[in-house]
Amino acid sequence: MPLAELLRVALEALRVNLMRSVLTMLGIIIGVAAVIAMVTVGAGAQAEIDRQISSLGSNIFMVMSGTRSRGGVRTASGSEMRLTVADARALKAEIPEIVAAAPTMRGVGQVVVGNTNWSTTIQGIDNEYLVARGWQIDEGRDLEPQEIRSGSKVALLGSRVATELFGAANALGQTVRIKNVPFVVVGTLLEKGQSSMGSDQDDIVMIPLAAARGRVLGRSGPRSDAVSVIFVSVAEGWMMDDVERQMGEVLRQRYRVRAGADDPFAIRNMSEIVETRAEARQVFNILLAAVASVSLVVGGIGIMNIMLVSVTERTREIGLRMAVGAKGRDILLQFLVEAVTLCLIGGVLGILCALVITFGIARIAEWPVLLQWPVVVLALGFSAAIGIFFGFYPARKAAAKDPIEALRTE
Amino acid sequence: MLVCEDLHKDYLVGNETVCALDDVSVRVERGEFLSVMGPSGSGKSTFMNMVGCLDTPTQGRIIVDGETVSELSRDALAEVRNRKIGFVFQQFHLLGRTSALDNVELPLLYAGLPRAERVARAEEALERVGLGDRMGHVPAQLSGGQQQRVAIARALVNAPVVLLADEPTGALDSATGVEIMELFQELNEAGITVLVVTHEPEVAGYARRVLRFRDGKVIADERQPARMTA
Ligand SMILES: Nc1ncnc2c1ncn2[C@@H]1O[C@H](COP(=O)(O)OP(=O)(O)OP(=O)(O)O)[C@@H](O)[C@H]1O
Ligand SMILES: [Mg+2]
Repeated sequence: MPLAELLRVALEALRVNLMRSVLTMLGIIIGVAAVIAMVTVGAGAQAEIDRQISSLGSNIFMVMSGTRSRGGVRTASGSEMRLTVADARALKAEIPEIVAAAPTMRGVGQVVVGNTNWSTTIQGIDNEYLVARGWQIDEGRDLEPQEIRSGSKVALLGSRVATELFGAANALGQTVRIKNVPFVVVGTLLEKGQSSMGSDQDDIVMIPLAAARGRVLGRSGPRSDAVSVIFVSVAEGWMMDDVERQMGEVLRQRYRVRAGADDPFAIRNMSEIVETRAEARQVFNILLAAVASVSLVVGGIGIMNIMLVSVTERTREIGLRMAVGAKGRDILLQFLVEAVTLCLIGGVLGILCALVITFGIARIAEWPVLLQWPVVVLALGFSAAIGIFFGFYPARKAAAKDPIEALRTE
Repeated sequence: MLVCEDLHKDYLVGNETVCALDDVSVRVERGEFLSVMGPSGSGKSTFMNMVGCLDTPTQGRIIVDGETVSELSRDALAEVRNRKIGFVFQQFHLLGRTSALDNVELPLLYAGLPRAERVARAEEALERVGLGDRMGHVPAQLSGGQQQRVAIARALVNAPVVLLADEPTGALDSATGVEIMELFQELNEAGITVLVVTHEPEVAGYARRVLRFRDGKVIADERQPARMTA
């Protein structure tokens, strides 16, 4: 019997019991959707994690003032200690594994050009910062050491700020007013995308640390060279633990912390934080894999069950087909094609569901969607395999029927 | 053309053997019109199934059109049914939700004929049984007599050497039954060998030879003058 004819018979049989067919497909639909969502979301998440890790800069510590507590960092009340530029210099000088130690200050402010204004993050930096965080200049240049020292009114614009203020026009050499202080744009930064916390890293203006103090970031701290965070970049990943220990020692010495007392500063390993989040996603992936395999197996059993029912219901049809010349092989093929068709339709519906789920998750989590066609093809192949595996027993049962007995059933 | 030698068929029910056919030997020549009669349970259907290659005898030999079918495998029997036998059942056994044309095409599908030829031959068979204007109808849209005609067309479509009918008028009213028997007579006059099982002497009257069964044995094999067509 030609395949087209087998397919027509199968589709007709499935159409007659439409509701039953759809319910039977459900397991396959969920299974396939879960598999594809798993792989797609997993790949998207992995790409996002990779990007975040690289956008973080490599092997980054954040050092800030405040005592460490379980939930993270809390500013110690009373004896408030402020990290200083000198602390950053000392760390770099005393620990050779440190590639860059960048003291920074951070605040929020309006940046105005003509009639356009934009509220953004203002970061006071020194020359180590771009290196430490892996930022790259898009157009123009980095801040000069001399400009850092003297606190010149020059600025680097993040790509978001540059587009918001200047659109497609060239920002270089233009003057922007940051909290009413005029700054000259000397460079723009290459796009970095979202941070692991979900904020837009390109929504930023960088100016010399000394310029940020005072007028731009408001009140000056208790010490004139106080900074809020020191970013420390380490040469190799395996040095991280040792460097963390050494930094603790250096800072404890500088602040004369008594043995046993709480540290008035906190050191956070940023790369570790991102990796922890990656692990959380891994758990989510394993969960999806479990759902997928369970529902594919349950779906397969459902297919087998419904095919057995179908074979029993159509015993007379089977007898008649045999009476007019169908061989065992013809009947076997007919029911196998029916089971496989059922699974393939389920697979296609599952793929459609997966697309909806994937785009949904990607939207909410703002991950890139990486729909992989090989996976889609694989999922279809897998549903067909389930159809063959679970459809074989009912089909063989149909093919083994005795024509006379079959014709005699009511 | 059709030879049965010493046919035996035993069924095992529980631990008792039921003898459905007991030493049946029959010879049917090409072009004969035979009716098979006998009380219920006398083995008529068993005999027909055997001749129709739907079942195999416990003992004995069956030769259809020169081929000894009693020693063939399941698949080989299916092929003989497909090429040489046309079977008509009391309950029609048409596929529901399937047009008359598709029902008639079925044996040709298993014969592996290309679509165009299948359709042409199925249409020809339907026209032969007088249903040229009902080809697209599904069984539910046809009367009992028309459904049996579709079943006969299906039996004819592969140009079988013998047409077997087990109580073909059993599910029909007598007027329709007469029409069906006249159709068989017409087909026989066109050269097709026909075997019809029936309980009704009226129906048996269309045949030129009557085979009487009792308790699995042939008790009479009579020739009779052919009944004149109405
Ligand atoms: N599958 C079977 N298993 C056991 N016994 C069977 C089977 N098929 C037929 N028989 C027995 O064989 C005998 C002949 O049955 P068969 O169906 O040939 O009778 P029949 O002449 O066609 O009767 P009817 O006129 O009622 O159709 C009966 O006694 C029946 O009980
Ligand atoms: Mg009978």
